[in-house]
Amino acid sequence: MSLSLIQIRDKNDLVEAIQSAQRTNKSIALQGAGTKTNLGRHVIQAHILSLKDLTGVTLYEPEELVLSARAATPLAEIEMLLAQNNQQLAFEPIDYASLFGQSGNSGTVAGALAINASGPRRIKAGAARDHLLGFSAVTGRGETIKSGGRVMKNVTGFDLSKLICGSYGTLAALTDITIKVTPKSETEKTIILFNHSERECLNLLRKAAASPYEVSGLCMVPSGAMEGFDQNLAALRLEGPEISVASRCESLCHGLVENDIDRLLLNEKASRLFWQKIKNFEPIIAHNGQVWRISVAPRDGRDIIESLQSAGLPIQGYFYDWAGGLIWLAVDSAPHAYAQIIRSIVDQKGGHCTLIRADIKTRETVDVFHPQSTVLAQLTSRIKFSFDPACVLERGRLRAEF
Amino acid sequence: MSLIMPEIEPHTMSGRDLLIEKLSKILPETSLIIDETGRRAFECDAFTMYRALPLIVVLPETVAQVQAIMALASEMNVKVVPRGAGTSLSGGSMPLEDGILLVLSKFNRILEIDYDNRCVRVQPGVQNLTVTRAVEAQGFYYAPDPSSQIACSIGGNVAENAGGVHCLKYGLTTNNILGLEIVLVGGEILRLGGAHLDSELYDLMGVITGSEGLLGVITEVTVRILPKPAVARCLLLGFDSVKAGALFVGSVIAHGIIPAGMEMMDKKTIQAVERFQPCGYPLNVEAIVIVELDGVQAEVDHLVEIVRQIAQEAGATTTKVSLNEAERLQFWAGRKNAFPAVNCIAPDYLCMDGTIPRAQLPLVLERMDELAQSYGLSVANVFHAGDGNLHPLILYDASKEGDVARAEKLGADILRLCVSVGGVLTGEHGVGVEKRDLMSEMFTQADLEAQMHLKCAFDPAGRLNPGKVFPTLHRCAEFGMMHIQGGKIPFAHLPRF
Repeated sequence: MSLSLIQIRDKNDLVEAIQSAQRTNKSIALQGAGTKTNLGRHVIQAHILSLKDLTGVTLYEPEELVLSARAATPLAEIEMLLAQNNQQLAFEPIDYASLFGQSGNSGTVAGALAINASGPRRIKAGAARDHLLGFSAVTGRGETIKSGGRVMKNVTGFDLSKLICGSYGTLAALTDITIKVTPKSETEKTIILFNHSERECLNLLRKAAASPYEVSGLCMVPSGAMEGFDQNLAALRLEGPEISVASRCESLCHGLVENDIDRLLLNEKASRLFWQKIKNFEPIIAHNGQVWRISVAPRDGRDIIESLQSAGLPIQGYFYDWAGGLIWLAVDSAPHAYAQIIRSIVDQKGGHCTLIRADIKTRETVDVFHPQSTVLAQLTSRIKFSFDPACVLERGRLRAEF
Repeated sequence: MSLIMPEIEPHTMSGRDLLIEKLSKILPETSLIIDETGRRAFECDAFTMYRALPLIVVLPETVAQVQAIMALASEMNVKVVPRGAGTSLSGGSMPLEDGILLVLSKFNRILEIDYDNRCVRVQPGVQNLTVTRAVEAQGFYYAPDPSSQIACSIGGNVAENAGGVHCLKYGLTTNNILGLEIVLVGGEILRLGGAHLDSELYDLMGVITGSEGLLGVITEVTVRILPKPAVARCLLLGFDSVKAGALFVGSVIAHGIIPAGMEMMDKKTIQAVERFQPCGYPLNVEAIVIVELDGVQAEVDHLVEIVRQIAQEAGATTTKVSLNEAERLQFWAGRKNAFPAVNCIAPDYLCMDGTIPRAQLPLVLERMDELAQSYGLSVANVFHAGDGNLHPLILYDASKEGDVARAEKLGADILRLCVSVGGVLTGEHGVGVEKRDLMSEMFTQADLEAQMHLKCAFDPAGRLNPGKVFPTLHRCAEFGMMHIQGGKIPFAHLPRF
């Protein structure tokens, strides 16, 4: 679709390509494995810079909890290396592949960071943005910069790592990243609680989140949305040393939950499978409509769904993660994607929603990202221009203005 | 070493009376300090080496007043230095002689406690520990716990991205806040985040956290609170070399254990602590390590045994395990007193704050000792061992001719050493004025310019806290929104600082 595909071999190529784009006022798409081309506003860029050759883990010191890699290193490669050392990426990067009918687990590490892809464990362990310790990149000015470092604790200068995470490549093209890695838990279990009331399920999740039992996954799936479960369910994941998981499991089951609630305990293997399904959007995967991602205060999750239902939205399916604070919603496809109605309901409570899956035409016309207040929008633009004054990087991907 | 601050602006000094007149229309009399005696009290923060008499001190009580002050400062082109409780250890809130010192200490209310969403909305002048005090009866706490937590303010914590002894497991301030309200240069108000997680587009909250008052004035913070762990237990371990202690720390993490806290002290500090307020630390060791484990009882007991085993294998010469809460606090007492205790063995000290890759610890300590000797000084060491954050305390005597300068030079050398082994200048105290001139040890000109471009996006006229963090703050008009062609900066004749 774009005019040209340019293979980037190294940082110098990248500087050259970005500077040349600046001179000629041509826009650039940044591509690693190409798994995220369907995300964001749809814009055809003049050039695609393929960064897929910038691969390889350059530093891994398990005892220091740190790993550095070139930008397009496959996440799968990193996760495999970590697993060999009983470590993991605690933010559990979410993978949109299944939503787009792609084969899963093929994205790059920089891609995951660029969209701040955080999974179910985000609620306990933090987001992707909490794990990026430092990076090197080429800015939209064509300048090579680095920020942060390789140590856990660092307040030297502005924390540009935060800005880069979730920026969709619009500020700089990452070339190298350094991330915090953490020990993998010895084992895990998941408690599934059944209840006829969705609200009650969500209340249980919040109660569990407020308990001292360090629950690392808190999702709610409506009845029938997942194969094998014909009732509303609340799932609570416990990870840690065997003895600790057993103890917390018992405390949660007895201390928190009324005895008459039906429950099911998933052992390690079943638990891993369950959360894999959540990460693969299984509760909404059968639907073919548009998909929204809604981030709100955990308590507001159910109210939002009820308001959407009363507004007559043609909902195909949904489920909640993050103790009710994250809603994945599938609706019948429409040219306007029901953006206005969904956003007005979310705005009443506070939060934001992103149109994750929609056809090209819709993503050209509907705001994919939540509209900002005037002050915030102006500041956001100034930040974009400060890194990329000619708007060469991913022009229009986040907002039409830049 | 003398500190060069931005040149004093004549238009501000000559316009002081008018500025006061206009400020008095915004603020009640009790919120405006203009007499010299009153201003003197604010001439420095906890980094006392450098002082400056602020032009005017204002203590607003409402967000509207902060907005009006910022609008007026823009209109009259006057610099503003925001200040919370003034506990910065790097001079981040050191006043400017031609700047308004904007003190947020009257913003001291907790606005909302929301247990259901596990967050608390506070004004920036609320003390760190006050948040925990407000929610602990319900079994919650606020995780970041800088040593100054009884005094330091949440607004200042955000500005400095404050840490503490529990960072390795629970993160710094940046990992524990959900929302911010800031007043921008010019007086516009910006609300970010809330009770929900993560932002869309650019994570401004993330980049404002730790920006040392250069990007905006924080007027409200939503912090995340955590359920208090059911149990916490401590091990107090002695080693006959710092190296053995460092290897032990690495070994704990290699076993897949992330303790809530892991602190190390060297012999000099141990001796100082025991002189200051004895708390039962062994005196016949070269280093002690305190390991705190928290969680449910079964897990903590299990991990205590594993850590005890690791310590044994690492050659610990003393092993004590806390059996109750009183003992646990006793183990911590010495560590928490370490800074004041060091004054028992030296009249003055300069506290450094570099972070290094933990494996480099033995090398860095050895080299640090050599450096200290070459200056005729000595260093006592306290570390957040788990995350490699060092607090070398350079002991000196300000009444001795040349000692201050020697201490500063040694400090700079120690930080250069940290950077040379892959570390950074500051782990939690901030750059401020203290480490400002060392920034180029860690960053190239292009790295620093990228940060300054961001500064320009927030504050094009460079009115907020100038002279901090960046060794030379260019005028934004020179490169901010314009493209620099071939590295040539226009208006080369203009003075820069």
